[in-house]
Amino acid sequence: MPFQFQFGAVLNRWPFILEGVGLTIGLSLGAILLGTLLALLLTAARQLGPRPVRWLVEAYVEVLRNTPLLVQLFFIFFGLSELKPFGVSLRLSATPAALLAMTLNLAAYCVEIIRAGVDSIHKSQYEAGLSLALSRWQVLRHVVIVPSVAKVWPALSSQFVLIMLASSITSFISTQELSGVTAIIEQDTYRSYESYIVATVLYAVLALLLKGLLAGIGRAAFPRVSGLARIQARGEAA
Amino acid sequence: MMMTSFGADAVWLLVRSVRWTLLLTGIALVMGGLLGAVMALLRLSTNRWLRQGAAGYIGLIQSIPVLMILFQSYYGLPLAGFDLPPLLAAGVSLSIYASAYFAEIWRGAVEAVPHQQWEASASLALTRAHQYRYVILPQALRQALPPTVGFLVQLVKNTSIVSVVGLAELARTAQLVNNATIQPFKVFGLVALIYFLICFPLSRLSRVLERRLHAGRAR
Amino acid sequence: MPVVRVEDVRKSFGPVEVLRGVSLEVERGQVVALIGRSGSGKSTLLRCMNGLEAFQSGRIEVAGHQVVQDDRRLRALRQEVGIVFQGYNLFPHLTVGQNIALSPHLTKGIPKPEARRLAEAVLAQVGLSEKIDAYPDNLSGGQQQRVAIARSLAMQPKLMLFDEVTSALDPELTAEVLAVMEQLARDGMTMILVTHEMNFARNVADTVVFMHQGTIWETGAAREVLAAPQTPELQGFLGSSLK
Repeated sequence: MPFQFQFGAVLNRWPFILEGVGLTIGLSLGAILLGTLLALLLTAARQLGPRPVRWLVEAYVEVLRNTPLLVQLFFIFFGLSELKPFGVSLRLSATPAALLAMTLNLAAYCVEIIRAGVDSIHKSQYEAGLSLALSRWQVLRHVVIVPSVAKVWPALSSQFVLIMLASSITSFISTQELSGVTAIIEQDTYRSYESYIVATVLYAVLALLLKGLLAGIGRAAFPRVSGLARIQARGEAA
Repeated sequence: MMMTSFGADAVWLLVRSVRWTLLLTGIALVMGGLLGAVMALLRLSTNRWLRQGAAGYIGLIQSIPVLMILFQSYYGLPLAGFDLPPLLAAGVSLSIYASAYFAEIWRGAVEAVPHQQWEASASLALTRAHQYRYVILPQALRQALPPTVGFLVQLVKNTSIVSVVGLAELARTAQLVNNATIQPFKVFGLVALIYFLICFPLSRLSRVLERRLHAGRAR
Repeated sequence: MPVVRVEDVRKSFGPVEVLRGVSLEVERGQVVALIGRSGSGKSTLLRCMNGLEAFQSGRIEVAGHQVVQDDRRLRALRQEVGIVFQGYNLFPHLTVGQNIALSPHLTKGIPKPEARRLAEAVLAQVGLSEKIDAYPDNLSGGQQQRVAIARSLAMQPKLMLFDEVTSALDPELTAEVLAVMEQLARDGMTMILVTHEMNFARNVADTVVFMHQGTIWETGAAREVLAAPQTPELQGFLGSSLK
C-alpha cells in the first residue's frame, strides 16, 4: 500500500507550531515556578503548622497524586465555569485553567519530594548547626534547605520534565499549546501522521533541552553532589 | 444517551466504565511488563550496542508525552497495515509507555543488588545466567516491588488519556456525562473519587512495601 | 608442582600502582599468611589469584590454570579455588543449606539430594549441622562466616583464599572461625590468608609474607619471621600490631 509522507503541508505552518511550542514552554515554566513556590509554602505549613493544617496539606497531596491530571483539569475548567458566587463568574479560559491545574498538580508532587529531602537531614545536623552558634534561620538555610534541595534535585528535575510532557493533556480543553496546535493543523491538513511526528520530535527536543538546563542548574547551584559515585560497573566481576 | 440530571443512571454508567480502565491497565502491565523486562536485560547487557540501543529506546519514550505515543499508534499503525481497534491501539500505546519506565525501575533494582553478591556468586564458578537466575534476580525482585507498584498508579491515571480516541473508559464517559448533565463538580468529583479509590490503596501498598524493604536491611 | 605460582605481577588502579612486581610460590598443603598495612596490596594480590582483579603484567598460575580474564576459563579456575570474604557475602534469600548446595548442583551437575548431603557434610565440618535450614539473617557473624567457609569447601577446592575473614567480627566470634581454619590447615588444605591475627599466623601458618608498598618486603617461616623481623618496616608493623 503506497503512501507518501507530505511534511510540507505541516511544516508550512511553522509560525503556528512555534506559537504552540511557546505556550508549552510558558505553561511549563509557569507551573514549575509557581508549583515549586506553592510546594515550599505547603511544606513549611506542614512542618510548622497545627495538626489540622498538616492534615489538610497531606490530604491535598494524596488527592492530587492519586487522581489523573485530566480529571483535575476538567474539574477546574468545567467546574469553575459553573460557579457564580454573588453573580461573579469565575470562569477561566483554557490557558489560565491549564496553568492552574498544572501548578496544583506539580505542587503536590513537589511537596512529597521536598519532604523526603528534609526528612533525610538528620536532626543531629540541625543540632550541630545550632551548636556552632548559627542562628535558626542560618541553620535552616545552610544545613537543612540547601542540602535537601541538592539531594532531591534529580527527583525534582524528573517531575519538572514530567509536567512539561503532561502539558499535552491541556489540549483536551483546547489550550493551544503544542498538542492543541497540532490537533488543529491535523484537522486542517488531513496529514495526521506527519503532524504528530513533528509534534513528537519537538517534545523530545524540549525534554532534552529542559533536562540539560536542569542538570546545568544543578551543577552550578550544588557543585558538591556527594554520594552519587556509582561503582556498580566496576564491582561486577566476570 | 438521554439524561439531563445526574442521577443513578449516570453514576452507574461511570462505574461500569471502570472495567475498561482496569482492562487497559492490565494489558499495559502484562505487555509493558514483558517488553520492559526485555529492555531492562538489554540495558544490562555486556554488549555495548544492545545496551545503547535499549537506552535510546527508553530515553525516547521517556521524553515524549503519552498522548503522542497514542497518536503514533492510532495514526501510524494503519499506515503500516495494522488496522487495530481503538482498544488495542490504546493498549499498545500504554504498553510501550509502561515498558520504558518498567525497564528503568527494574534495571535500577538489579543494580541495587550489592556488588559483593556478584563477586561471591562468580567466585563459586556460576555462569552469568545462573548468577542472574539464582542470586541476583531474586534479590532484585524484592527491591523492584515498591517502585513497580508505585508506577502502577501512574499507569491507571494515564489510561485517562486514551479517552481521546473515543474509548469509553472512565475519563471519556465522564466527559460524555458532563456534556449531557452539565454537573461538572458532581461528575468529575465522582470520577476523581473512583480513581482515588483505585490509586490510593496502590500508593499505600507501595509505601508499605518500601518500608518493609528497608526494615529488613538491618545489617 | 606448586599450587600457586605468581610471576612478577603488576597491577594498577588507574594511575596508582598497587602491585609492583610480585612473585610467589605456594606448595600443596602450605599455609601462607599475607600480612601488611592497608594499601600494601595484600588483598589485591589475593583477589588476583581467583581473577576478581585483573592485572596488567606478569603471570599467575593456580592449580594448573592460567589466570586470564576469560569467562569460561575463570569459571574452570574457580571450581578449584575457594574464597571467603570479610563480609561473608552469603545469599540472603537462600537458606544455609541452599547457599552451600547451589554451586555444586549448578556447576558440577550434582543432583539435589546428593548436594544436600554434601552440604550436611561440610556443615558438620564447621560445626553448624543444626543450622542447615536457617536463613543467614538469623545467624551471628561468626556463624555466617563459618557457613561461608563451608560453602567454599563444598566445591572441594585445591586452594582456599581468606580475605581478612575475621576483621568484621567481634572478638568472641573470631575464635570459632579461627578454630575452623586451624582444623582445615591440619587436614592439609592449601591456604592463603590475608589476616591481622598475628597469633594465628604464628601458630598455624607455615609461611609469612609481609607486603609493603606493593612488593613482598620480607618472607620466611612463620615463627621465625614474626619472632625476629629483619626489616625495619616489618619491625614497625609488628610493633604497632601488638595487642
